[in-house]
Amino acid sequence: MDVMLKIEDLWVDVQGKEVLKGINMEIGQGETHCLFGRNGSGKTTLLMTLMGFDGYRVKHGRITFKGEDITEMPLHERARRGIGMAFQRPPTLRGVKLRNMLALAAGDPDKGRELATFYGFENFLDREVNHGFSGGEIKKSELLQLLAQNPDFTLLDEPESGVDVENLNIIGDMIRKLLQKDIHRGRKKSGLIITHTGFILNYVTADKGHVMLNGQIYCQGNPLEIFEGIQKYGYQECAKCRL
Amino acid sequence: MPSLNKKSTMSDKELLEKFRPASEAETVNDIAELGEEEKIRLRQSGVDLESSNRVGTFLQTNCGVTKCDCGIQGVELLPITEAIKKYDGLEEYRWKLVDPDKDEFTREAAKNLDNGYFIRALPGEKVVYPLQACLYIRSDDVAQRVHNIVVAEEGSELHIITGCATHPGLTSGLHIGVSEFYIRKGAKLIFTMVHNWGEEVYVRPRTGIRVEEDGVFLSNYVSLKGVKSVQAFPTATLAGRNATARFNSVIVAPEGADIDTGSRVILEAPDTKAEIISRTISYGGRVLARGHLVGKATGVKAHLECQGLMLAERGIIHAIPELEAHVADVEMSHEAAVGRIAKEEIEYLMARGLDEEEATSTIVRGFLNVKIDGLPKELDDEIQKAVAECQQGM
Repeated sequence: MDVMLKIEDLWVDVQGKEVLKGINMEIGQGETHCLFGRNGSGKTTLLMTLMGFDGYRVKHGRITFKGEDITEMPLHERARRGIGMAFQRPPTLRGVKLRNMLALAAGDPDKGRELATFYGFENFLDREVNHGFSGGEIKKSELLQLLAQNPDFTLLDEPESGVDVENLNIIGDMIRKLLQKDIHRGRKKSGLIITHTGFILNYVTADKGHVMLNGQIYCQGNPLEIFEGIQKYGYQECAKCRL
Repeated sequence: MPSLNKKSTMSDKELLEKFRPASEAETVNDIAELGEEEKIRLRQSGVDLESSNRVGTFLQTNCGVTKCDCGIQGVELLPITEAIKKYDGLEEYRWKLVDPDKDEFTREAAKNLDNGYFIRALPGEKVVYPLQACLYIRSDDVAQRVHNIVVAEEGSELHIITGCATHPGLTSGLHIGVSEFYIRKGAKLIFTMVHNWGEEVYVRPRTGIRVEEDGVFLSNYVSLKGVKSVQAFPTATLAGRNATARFNSVIVAPEGADIDTGSRVILEAPDTKAEIISRTISYGGRVLARGHLVGKATGVKAHLECQGLMLAERGIIHAIPELEAHVADVEMSHEAAVGRIAKEEIEYLMARGLDEEEATSTIVRGFLNVKIDGLPKELDDEIQKAVAECQQGM
C-alpha cells in the first residue's frame, strides 16, 4: 500500500496555545479514516493544520503528502496537489455565485452544473455562495465544490451535523463518490472524517478509527468497534489506553 | 448643499473660472466621426454605439448633440434646449426639484446652459429595453453644463442607462449636471449611471427626484475609474402613498480620487419604502458614503447599508449613515462595515486552489456585482455587461 498522508510527531499552536501534542498518523491510498474525540480535543485543529490555514503554527513535526514534505506549504499549493476540505462554517461570499465557485474549483464551467443537476441542487447555482443557506444546504454545497475540485485526499469535519435523515442519504452518496467507495480494487482516493455521532459510518465505510483526547491520539483501530466502545463507556475508557 | 470640497483648496468659484465653456469647444455631429479609442471608452461607460439593444440614444459631445433619436412612439426624447422651446420654457418641470440658487454650480447651469436631455414616457407606456444617454466631454479644460429632465407619466415604465465619460486622452474638465426626475402615479423608472471620467475631472451632479403614489424609482450608480473629485447627493421625495425609492451604488476610489456621494430619501407619504445600498472600495482615494433617510409619515420602511473595502494600506472610507424619524410608526435601520477583505474569505477560495491574488480579485468582483432585485432580465444583462466592460483594465 502506498502511503498518501503521513503525520509525524506533529505539535501545533493556535493563538499561542498548544493544541496538538505529538500526533502520528498514516493514511494509505484508497483508505478512509475516522477521527473521534470530545469537543475541544483538537480534531478540527488537525484538519485545519493539514489544509494549511493561517494561525495554525507547526512547532515541531512533519506532514508528508504523496511523498512530499508539505509542512510549510501554502494553502492553495496543497489544494492544487490534491488536498480538499469541506468547511463546517464557511464564510458567505457576496456577489459570488455557487456557479462561479464550482467553475473555479473544477477549472471547467460545465462540470459544476452537471454535478449540481445530478444531486438536485441546480436551483442553488445562481445563489450567492452560502448566503442564507441552511445547515444541510451548506453541507451539500461544500461537497459539490469538493466533487468539482476532485481532490485525492478529502478532509471532512462532521459532515452529518445539521442534516436531516432524508438529506443524509444524499450527503452519504456524495461522500461515497468523493472517496470512490464503489471501486473496490485500485481505489485511489483517501479521506479523513471527523464524526461525533458516527451516523456517517452507516453510509460510508471507514478503514480505521483514531481517538483524540487533549491533542493526542489515544487509540487506533477498527472504527466501528471504537465507536461502539465510546457509546458504551464514553471517552474516559479511551483515556485509559494511551497508545 | 454647501460645497464639501475640503481636500481641494480651490473654491467653487475658482473651480468654475478654471474651465472654459463647452460652447467654445468643437462638437461632433455624427458617431462615425469618433475615433476607435473613443468608441472603446464610451462602450466601457455602458454606451451601446450600435444601439442594438437600446430603444433610443442621446449622445451629447461637449455642448452639441451628436445623436438624438428614439425608435418608439410612446417615448419622447429631445435635447433639453429644444424641449424648452417646444414646451414654453418647460416651466412645469424645470428647477422644481433642484433649487437654482443651491450653489455656484446650479447657478452656473441656470445661467449658461449647454444642453442636456428631456425624456418623457407617455402614460401607460412600458418599455423593456433601455434608452441610453451619454454626456461626453471631448476637449480639454471644458466645463460642460447640462440640465436633464425625465418624466415617467402615470403607469409607464422606463429604463435609462447613462454613460458619462471624458475623452481617453483628456486630462482635465468639469461636468455640472442638474437632473430632475418625475415619477408619476404607478410609474417605474430604473436609472443606471456609469461614470468613466479622467483623472483630473471634477464632477458636480445636482439631482432631485419626486415619486408619486405607487411609483418606483430605482437608481444604480457605478464609478470604477479615476476621477479628481465627485460631489453628488441626489435627493428623492416620496410624495405619494406606497411610493418606493432604491439607490444602489458601487464606487471605487483609486489613489488621488475624492468622491463624496450618497443619497437622501424623504419619506413624506404613508407606507412609502426606501433602501440605500452602497459598496465602496478605496485603492488609496477618499470616499464619503453618505446616506440619509427621513421618515415623516406612518408605516414607512427604510433601510441603509454601507459596505466599504480598504484595498490599499492607506486611503479613506468614511461612511455616514443617518436615520431621522419624525413620527413613531416607522421602521428604519442601517448597517455599515468598513475594513479589509476578511481573511477567512480569501482562505476559503485558496482551499479550492486559487492563489491569494486570484482569491482577492474574485471577492472584489463579487463585491462590485451590482445585482439588483426586480429588474427585467434584458435590462439586468445589459447592466451586467456595462459593468463588466467597465471593469476591463481595472
